[in-house]
Amino acid sequence: MSKILPSYSLKVKNLQLIRSRRDILSNICLSVKSGEALILRGANGIGKTSLLMALAGYLHIEAGLIGWEKTKQDDDEKTAYEDMHFISHQYAIKENLSLTENLKFWADMNGGSKDDVFMALEKAGLGHGADFEALMLSQGQKKRLSLARLLVSKKPIWLLDEPTSALDSEGDKWVASLIDNHLDDGGLVIAATHLDLPMKKNKRIKTIILGQDK
Amino acid sequence: MSMKPFNAILIRDIKLASRSFGDVLTLVLFFIMIGVIIPFAIGPNKMLLASIAPGIIWMAAFLSSLLAIDRFFRADFEDGSLLAMRHANISLSAIAFAKLIALWVITILPLIIATPILAMMLFMDFEILIRTILSLLAGTPALIAFGGIGAAITVSLKRGGLIAPVLILPISIPILIFGISSIKANAGIGVESAAMLFLIAISLLAMVFAPFAIALALRLDQE
Repeated sequence: MSKILPSYSLKVKNLQLIRSRRDILSNICLSVKSGEALILRGANGIGKTSLLMALAGYLHIEAGLIGWEKTKQDDDEKTAYEDMHFISHQYAIKENLSLTENLKFWADMNGGSKDDVFMALEKAGLGHGADFEALMLSQGQKKRLSLARLLVSKKPIWLLDEPTSALDSEGDKWVASLIDNHLDDGGLVIAATHLDLPMKKNKRIKTIILGQDK
Repeated sequence: MSMKPFNAILIRDIKLASRSFGDVLTLVLFFIMIGVIIPFAIGPNKMLLASIAPGIIWMAAFLSSLLAIDRFFRADFEDGSLLAMRHANISLSAIAFAKLIALWVITILPLIIATPILAMMLFMDFEILIRTILSLLAGTPALIAFGGIGAAITVSLKRGGLIAPVLILPISIPILIFGISSIKANAGIGVESAAMLFLIAISLLAMVFAPFAIALALRLDQE
């Protein structure tokens, strides 16, 4: 569990993104490194999700630079993109599979054991219904299940798109504690959200508000 | 690269198909229905039916697989699984390869198993039936590979349902040609085995190269 995570740093310079011939983001500069969290704020439609998708390597970059760098070399040769969890607003859950089967699949994909799956379900508050089909889950529970992927396989970089959407206030606290623990372990978190996350206020949390004059 | 993620995709897709067994059954029924309606269209001439039966079976398999194409990547695309898989310990082309194999198992294999039913209705010889099954086994991997490319290109379109079949129909014609010629008994000495070898070659090549094309298309879909 307390395996030391490889550390990364991210530098974004003058990033410009164009989707569907529309200029959605321009002149974005930011930097964040392991042990820090970056919170992306901004109104709906301002481009938070697009920025996250660009950071995850999905989008064509019109101009500028996204630079992931491994600051401490470790023995495995994973790239930043392989060392990354991206939890989007889509749950990536198969309704015909049980909760355990859903999570076991991601454990096989990303690395992780069966014990990790049970532990993650327990921590997500879904332990009691582990063998039910995911069809039965409410929106909030689905969100919890998709966030449980973070706990099954340890990866240093977390990109979270609206991690608290559909969650109750208990869930908000849970997500905040997940982020806090991940930062304690030396992880890196970038989260897009329009809600205040009840995280421990300290220096390692940076906030960027998109759409304001630079 | 370990085989664990590869096997996980394979097992999950087959498990999902077995839990929504209705989809599989519908496809098999469609396949059989084609064999049922064609005798109505051309008349109940036993000799004629028996002689064109391999062609009918190939057409039925072809059309059934076209029907199934749209589902290839759609579910994984729409529920975000495809995005999440891109950060897994497996390359996107290996994911595509695993899905192609799973697709062959869940769409084509049931059709091949149902072939004897069609053969019975079309008064087919036992020997021709065996050859038809062999030619389907040899040729359908290519059909699935081309279908996978079409599905990957159109998965981001909301109404891609009909576009993928139209895209891949022209490039699938060689499969049909060699598929049929590998069955015909009186096409000339050596013709059928040569056609069979060609069919296998097309399938192998398609299965090797399609995953890369699919990976490329899926990357573009996300933009």
